[in-house]
Amino acid sequence: MNTATLELKNVSKLYRVGKKAVHALNPITFDLLGDPARIITVAGESGSGKTTLASIMLGLLGPTTGQVLYEGKDVSKLSGAQYRDFRKNVQAVFQDPFAVFNPFYQVDHLLEVPIRKFNPGLSKAARRKAMEEALEAVGLQPSEILGRYPHQLSGGQRQRINVARAIVIKPKILVADEPVSMVDASLRANILEALVSLRENYKVNILYITHDLTTAYHVSDSIIVLYRGSVMEAGDITKVVESPQHPYTQLLINSIPWPDLERKWDNQRYANPDIQEISGAGCKFYSRCPNRQPGCQVTPQLVPLFPRHLASCLLHQPQANLDSNLTQNL
Amino acid sequence: MEHLLDITGLTVSYYTDIGRAIALNQVDLKLKQGEKLGLVGESGSGKSTMGLAMMRMIKPPGKVEGGSVVIGGVDMLQLSDKEMLKRRLSTISYIPQGAMNSLNPVLKIKRQMIDAYKAHYPNHKLDQILQLAHEAMISVELPGHVLEMHPHELSGGMKQRVCIAIGILLRPQIIIADEPTSALDVVTQRQVIETLNRVQQKIGSALILIGHDMGLMAQSMDKVAVMYAGEIVEINDVQTVFTSPKHPYTQALISSLPRLQNRGEFRGIPGMAPSLYRLPNGCRFHPRCNQQQPQCQTTSPPKSVFEDEKYVTCHLYEAS
Amino acid sequence: MINYLKRNVSLTIGLGLLIFLILFTVHGLLTIEFKQAYPLAVRPKQPPSLKYLFGTDFFGRDLYTAMVVGVWQTAIIGLLAGAAGTIIGIVLGFISAYFSGLVDVLIKFICQILTPIPAFLIQVVIASSIDKRDVTIITMAIVVFLLSWMAPTLVIRSQVLSMRERQFVAVAKLSGMNSLEIIFKEIFPNLLPFIAAAFVAQVFQAVFASFYLAVIGLGPLREPLLGNTIWAAQSQSAFFNGWWWWPVGPSLAMILILGSLAMINMGLDEMANPRIRNKE
Repeated sequence: MNTATLELKNVSKLYRVGKKAVHALNPITFDLLGDPARIITVAGESGSGKTTLASIMLGLLGPTTGQVLYEGKDVSKLSGAQYRDFRKNVQAVFQDPFAVFNPFYQVDHLLEVPIRKFNPGLSKAARRKAMEEALEAVGLQPSEILGRYPHQLSGGQRQRINVARAIVIKPKILVADEPVSMVDASLRANILEALVSLRENYKVNILYITHDLTTAYHVSDSIIVLYRGSVMEAGDITKVVESPQHPYTQLLINSIPWPDLERKWDNQRYANPDIQEISGAGCKFYSRCPNRQPGCQVTPQLVPLFPRHLASCLLHQPQANLDSNLTQNL
Repeated sequence: MEHLLDITGLTVSYYTDIGRAIALNQVDLKLKQGEKLGLVGESGSGKSTMGLAMMRMIKPPGKVEGGSVVIGGVDMLQLSDKEMLKRRLSTISYIPQGAMNSLNPVLKIKRQMIDAYKAHYPNHKLDQILQLAHEAMISVELPGHVLEMHPHELSGGMKQRVCIAIGILLRPQIIIADEPTSALDVVTQRQVIETLNRVQQKIGSALILIGHDMGLMAQSMDKVAVMYAGEIVEINDVQTVFTSPKHPYTQALISSLPRLQNRGEFRGIPGMAPSLYRLPNGCRFHPRCNQQQPQCQTTSPPKSVFEDEKYVTCHLYEAS
Repeated sequence: MINYLKRNVSLTIGLGLLIFLILFTVHGLLTIEFKQAYPLAVRPKQPPSLKYLFGTDFFGRDLYTAMVVGVWQTAIIGLLAGAAGTIIGIVLGFISAYFSGLVDVLIKFICQILTPIPAFLIQVVIASSIDKRDVTIITMAIVVFLLSWMAPTLVIRSQVLSMRERQFVAVAKLSGMNSLEIIFKEIFPNLLPFIAAAFVAQVFQAVFASFYLAVIGLGPLREPLLGNTIWAAQSQSAFFNGWWWWPVGPSLAMILILGSLAMINMGLDEMANPRIRNKE
């Protein structure tokens, strides 16, 4: 049973560029609770804060406000065995299949290092076996992969090795940052299947970060939609994708190039995304929203509209009797 | 109607230390005026090489080894370098992958457009050229003041639209856009593709969109050509390709696409595309094909032509 | 590998020359009598002949032996000073880049202050203030490397800075490696081409510095250092006296040594730059 918990309490990230302050991520609070294992999508364009969120969760970046708690303890203050436990159990699959490999070493290195660090007692033969099993689980032939250098393999193979690394470690929480966006369309299914099997067979909680809502729809259970560092909409994925409430989510869903001739882009024209947004208080989507109103200059709260469906938009009336806690609605 | 673009038997190889990679093998393609064709395929399928070959921009170690690219009755491959220089941008224009990164960072947009124009019409007056530049900006829905800006002041989507504007400056007959939206998010992507469509319609040119996103093809193209390992395995109108694909590769590709129905179902295509240095005998797809016949391992499949420019390269359709 | 050498002309020629020089020196060292490189060993002022390939000088040195020993001594100075400069560059460069903060600022500051100082002048001042009897090969090496370590430090520092941001370093961290392990096992191996290039450049500088200091008479005068021979020839007005063969040996040797080092450096530069290098 996976009981590891990762809690984000009021976590935000602010960057100062000269005199300007860039709010990469506005305060967000939610928990990744161990049981049952789920796949949660964090969706957004570039600049939405999704990568910042991932880096903070992985402990690679420190938040400006708030805390990240692993098993109840602040991640930045962990050391020794507790740190090792955190390190082993909170892992990532990154977007660029080539950048994760150190070009000096054979691809085995990517799999061997974590086995040595997190499973130190294993013999060389046992390590090799673990690597082979993980590669086979992602549909690769160990004989064609082990002993090769990264530049000798294709992008699809490299990305699958990336996922095999996660299988070899078996973390409790996996942050997958755009794992298929740099992979050819026909190979995406294989990689997504591997992620789903991690959840099914190893009870791994996965945070699937993407701007591609089609794959998110198929793979995850719930979704958080980010725009310029704030949550626009969140909840059960079928509800959010099939009936989006926030104008931004509606824009996202409508822009998806469905490979389906019955679902073509509509004729609604949205405001130019090149216009600089008004920083400060107010809804972040104001300048592009076709439904904007004067009241939108006050930052809307994230409120429940239906069971397991939250949105932060003045257009909709919150249901008073529903739980507004983000974690509970995911 | 006479075809605007008629490519026959195009063959391109790359010669490297490892050997000879056959990037394009006897490719045929026809396009009518004003038609929109989506050229779709995975990495290594040859789609980018097609675009470069049409522009005669294949550089060593690549080599065009055969075939003809006839536009308006003239074979581009037979022209002298000087002649070809005149045709680029004016007859056939190319918007490369990562075009936004190929804008000169130290020049204003205005300057880059003027330079492009003057390369073809050095004697035209400056205000005439600026007028055309302004019109181009309007066609891509960018405000006029963008002309006075530098590339780093623009967002990714804006830069891409500037590249489209430069690409249509001389009203070419054919526009080739190679993965114009690869680094853009879904909302900007839609905007750029819609811009491309509008612009193409306005000047009446033919459009070839090269990419690997079938969804984009479904949304905006008239015809789709599917490439695999250097060959066009199927080319047909978009309706047919999506609803009744003929080639097993196209069928597998279509069924691997995630849609809004059938949540949770996705099927990948087992195996991997072959290395262009070591192509399999017979049909290049046969090792991964679930409808393999005995002759697929030994003989190259013929083209089975349906109508004029629509065909499929597969043994299954040999009889027809 | 062979294919790569065919493409990288400068590296090939440089390595070829270097191998030739090494063979020449080794063969020389095994076959000569050392004391013939020192004064009053053989008949002086003899032109080149079968017995004395490069002739003999005013003081009675066999110039062929002198050249062999000179090349050998130059190599020692070059390697010592080159290694010292490179090692300091690696240590300071890594510390500065990986740990940032005050340490980085300090090291960078010192390097930037010292770099514009004309090394030649300082070397001349130092070398001429040392008591003539204390000037040895080792002291020359020290004088030479004192002002040359800044360049490799800055180069390695900037390479480590850029490499630190690469994703495989983040992955290594996620895989449980600590900072030291990341420096040695992940970053360092990727810097080997740069380090090799920096080393070759340091050796080049050291060899050249030892040469010009000796040419102006600041070298260990008794030793048959290549520059010393030239200085001696010049101070005895060799050409006017008709002893044209005197400076030939060391000049030739110096050209070959510096030439081979320069070509290897160019070749390594090309290897280290991934964009120039041909990818599979």
